[in-house]
Amino acid sequence: MITLPEVLSLAALLFCISIAGIFLNRKNVIILLMCIELMLLSVNMNFIAFSHFLDDIHGQIFVFFILTVAAAESAIGLAILVVMFRNKGSINIDDLNSMKG
Amino acid sequence: MIEQIVFYFFGGVLLLSASMVVIMRNPIHSALLLVLSFFASAAIWLLLQAEFLAITLVLVYVGAVMVLFLFVVMMLDINLVTVREGFTRFLPVGITVAVLMVAAMGLVVSSDYFMSDTYMVIKSIGPDYSNTKELGLILYTQYLYQFEIAGAILLVAIIAAISLSMSKSKVNKSISSEEQVIVKKTDRLRVIEMKAESNIQSKKI
Repeated sequence: MITLPEVLSLAALLFCISIAGIFLNRKNVIILLMCIELMLLSVNMNFIAFSHFLDDIHGQIFVFFILTVAAAESAIGLAILVVMFRNKGSINIDDLNSMKG
Repeated sequence: MIEQIVFYFFGGVLLLSASMVVIMRNPIHSALLLVLSFFASAAIWLLLQAEFLAITLVLVYVGAVMVLFLFVVMMLDINLVTVREGFTRFLPVGITVAVLMVAAMGLVVSSDYFMSDTYMVIKSIGPDYSNTKELGLILYTQYLYQFEIAGAILLVAIIAAISLSMSKSKVNKSISSEEQVIVKKTDRLRVIEMKAESNIQSKKI
């Protein structure tokens, strides 16, 4: 039998790996988008674990909606990435400083 | 026992491929390893009896989103040298933050609250149980409005992605409503003074 803490710690480790990835790949927007996908995956895994161990199907409904939003987010993010590469010629985040924010 | 072996195997594959996604030099390798990690997590979701979502993860993510990622990665001509700048510079910060978060989350997860017997529910699932049917029954009744909002979000995403990536070149025949509104009569219409050609008219008669 799998227990709840095992699944939760797996999701927590996955989340921490993707946090570290966001810190390490500051120059590459594509890897940043991939790290965000991994974060959403770990959150979904938490939802499914609780849905399984509490015998409640509403958690799976929530995962369904998170998948929808994640697909929309990655589509728009990649479109912005393509436009950025067309205008700047690179995908470096440091080039996105024209607003001096 | 066999469940635990399968869980630890796919969990190991998931963590290994996720960390390889982060540290790989080439974005194409990262995208392919991300596909592997999605497959591993789909296997874990199957183990947790979320069959519909596991299949959806494989179909939607591996089939659509990751193909989109690979398209974009291969379409852009990325300079791999500049992309890797700063990897070692941010390495201590990244590892520190990751270790701190692992410690914090470990404290939460290892607390007695999650060990309690409430989370040891053993479902009595018969062979005719259908996860997809259960999800559909609740999705189209109780969550109908949320489902429609999700559809609207996808429509907005389609429109945004198309309008962002549409190029402003001559080939594009899209109309600008702004230009159409502010146009004056003198911009489009030119009145030319010229003599009436009466000679040709009279010859024909």
